[in-house]
Amino acid sequence: MSNSEYLDVFIEESQEHLQTVNDSLLQLEKEPDDLSLVNEVFRSAHTLKGMAATMGFEDLAHLTHTMENVLDLIRNEELEASSEILDVVFDSVDDLEEMINDIAEGGSGKRDIQQIADQLEAIQRGEAPSAAGSAEVAAANAQTEVGGGAQNLGESYDEFELTVITQSKEQGFSPYQIRITLDENTMLKAARVYMVFEILEEAGEVIKSTPPVDELEEENFDHEFIVTLVTKESKEDLNERINRISEIQNIEIILIDPEELGENSEAESEPKTEAQGQSSKDSAKAESPESSQPVQQLEPQQQKKDDKDETTKKPSEANKTIRVSIERLDVLMNLFEELVIDRGRLEQISSELDNNELSETVERMSRISGDLQEIILNMRMMPVDQVFNRFPRMVRSLSKDLGKKVNLDIYGAETELDRTIIDEIGDPLVHLIRNSIDHGIETPAERLDKGKSEEGTLVLRAYHSGNNVFIEIEDDGAGINQQKVINKALSNGVVTQEEIEKMSDEQIFGLLFESGLSTADQVTDVSGRGVGLDVVKNTFESLGGVVTVNSEQNVGSIFSIQLPLTLSIIDVMLVELQKEKYAIPLSSIVETAIVNKEDVYSAHNQKVIDFRGNVVPLVFLKNVFEVPEAGIEDEYYSVVLVSKGEKMAGLVVDSLVGQHDVVLKSLGSYLTNVFAISGATILGDGQVALIVDTNALIK
Amino acid sequence: MAEEEGNNKDLKVIVFQLKDEEYAIEVDHVQSIERMQTVTRIPRVSAHIIGVMNLRGVITPVVDLRRRFGLEEKAYDEATRILVLSKDNIELGLIVDGANDVIDITTGDIEPTPEVVGGVEEEYLRGVVKLEDRLFTLLNLDKVLHDRSTIGV
Repeated sequence: MSNSEYLDVFIEESQEHLQTVNDSLLQLEKEPDDLSLVNEVFRSAHTLKGMAATMGFEDLAHLTHTMENVLDLIRNEELEASSEILDVVFDSVDDLEEMINDIAEGGSGKRDIQQIADQLEAIQRGEAPSAAGSAEVAAANAQTEVGGGAQNLGESYDEFELTVITQSKEQGFSPYQIRITLDENTMLKAARVYMVFEILEEAGEVIKSTPPVDELEEENFDHEFIVTLVTKESKEDLNERINRISEIQNIEIILIDPEELGENSEAESEPKTEAQGQSSKDSAKAESPESSQPVQQLEPQQQKKDDKDETTKKPSEANKTIRVSIERLDVLMNLFEELVIDRGRLEQISSELDNNELSETVERMSRISGDLQEIILNMRMMPVDQVFNRFPRMVRSLSKDLGKKVNLDIYGAETELDRTIIDEIGDPLVHLIRNSIDHGIETPAERLDKGKSEEGTLVLRAYHSGNNVFIEIEDDGAGINQQKVINKALSNGVVTQEEIEKMSDEQIFGLLFESGLSTADQVTDVSGRGVGLDVVKNTFESLGGVVTVNSEQNVGSIFSIQLPLTLSIIDVMLVELQKEKYAIPLSSIVETAIVNKEDVYSAHNQKVIDFRGNVVPLVFLKNVFEVPEAGIEDEYYSVVLVSKGEKMAGLVVDSLVGQHDVVLKSLGSYLTNVFAISGATILGDGQVALIVDTNALIK
Repeated sequence: MAEEEGNNKDLKVIVFQLKDEEYAIEVDHVQSIERMQTVTRIPRVSAHIIGVMNLRGVITPVVDLRRRFGLEEKAYDEATRILVLSKDNIELGLIVDGANDVIDITTGDIEPTPEVVGGVEEEYLRGVVKLEDRLFTLLNLDKVLHDRSTIGV
């Protein structure tokens, strides 16, 4: 087979397995006694080894193998999963990751693994009395691992099948149970199944297969299946013939004895079994040494069954999904955006023509394309876990490096976000987390002095709210020294003393995101070089997000990031200012209201209204956007209430046109920093409407 | 009207009219020449940026060159054209009084800009080209596209 075809699949699956290994190892460190975790690691490592060997990446396979040996000792409780040992295992996982990344980038996956392999072997030798023996055990286990399956070989047969087996045996045929395990990477499983059956049917008669043939043809099975065959051919011949088919990992053939099969089957068939027992006695002589074998073999496998079920579950679920390349989804999205623009145009035309049939059709089409839009957007959604899953490792190694004790709690990893956003938020989040561990959480000694528990807690939280996703990073560390921020900001000339006096706590903490401001006294490897937080802020803002920070001295800090669910198609409220149309994102709108001019008050030269007990400042968009005046003023104001965090403002417009789905487009790179405009969109009539950045309008 | 000239065809330029003078810009980065169309005003940017237009689905900013050069304004008419420039991911429409010609020149034909040329800011210009009885001013494309004065006020 040509490996290159499967390379992508290999890389993707290896990365998934490594992630599982990482996750389970971290869990294991917390609960060293939980051997099911070791099993999980072992399984993933084992699959990885198998795949690597098949693909010809020897270093990868070798290191995984050595690691597996150590894991095996832990699994057999010959070795305790101490932190030191896990460190080495983690290191080897790092090496594995590097190799896979290298392969992904087109490299050969070769790497000097001698040192780490030596370390692993030392663990194996130093702490395990019978190193050589256990290596063999590992190998043996590996064998059964492959061989073991969800179904065991002790198939049950109904009466009819038993009769057929018994009779054919009388006629000189041998009944075999054959367990065939396909290679993990097999692409066309059904084709392999077909080839196997062709050979088997040539050799004899297939009595039964588990899963049934039709399911096999639909690839409704994991990687292995059991066939019961009666044939005159010998076991060895069969083995050899099946082995000629490629992509078969393992073949296990055992001779079965209908007598014992009968005993195994249900009580109902018992009388029948006796008869069978007699009839097969004659031939039993010759077969008995062999036939007792399978029973023995079956036992340990049956014990393992429970473990196996877990592993087999995943792939069968995965069978119902397909992998689609991201580019294709992007193309689909772009095409759909065009469609949304034309949909808007059609809606407008149909409303102008006022033809019943036309408007009905257009309405229907709009509904369908609305559903379509939801599906397409959903397809692009990925759980933030994609980003979060690397943090436990990072936090672990970082806290070790810094001599701190940090416990990371992750909530809401299943929260979904658009792929484009997921792609971008990794680095800034890494930065914030590093920041929290480096500057936020104190050393164990300091924490004890302050009367806190030795171990600091870092909480990473993601959740949905309206059209936004919030990500929060909270620590129970030292908090941010406000005075320090102020001093630094003043000395760097970021703000003036007068400005500081007018600022709220949140605004002062917000200064941290100004460029050139780091409050770390010492520059460490991790952070504190004064670059970064401004980059973090810019990245999030370029994604339409908002970052805020709040902190209390000695209690902790919380960084909160608000992100839009999706970037390209947004729901807006179209408003008119004289003859100009503007779009206000629905996500920032709280409410719209009509306000009588008499209800507008003036406070400190600022027009305000009383909105449900809150004093809300009014922003006259016409003035802000310098709209040429024409026409007479109404005695009512149309007000769009928008919010930014806790703060609100009322945007005064001439009229509200209505709610629309629009495609967000950028103004292009010629125009940078246009005040309070975040982009543009093309309306149904082909005209361009600007999208208002309400955050810039709320002071 | 076309005046094919010169042996070393180094440069192909589009000649356009602005007030009573002829200007030229390299054709390589002129994506298209459009008739005047509806432009949406952008608030609080320099006056010469008259807004953005929908150019086949792409939002394209539009600059009025007369305003940019401080020339007196003139109502747009049938001859008015928008030259759409595109380079390094920047797209820009330039409103001119009319597009006249595409001609070939050689770099050797370009002479330094005289000290005073009709009040137009010098940094915007790459030089002047004199061909027989015609004289046109060559715009500096990079300067046009990276105009610092376009940033929001």
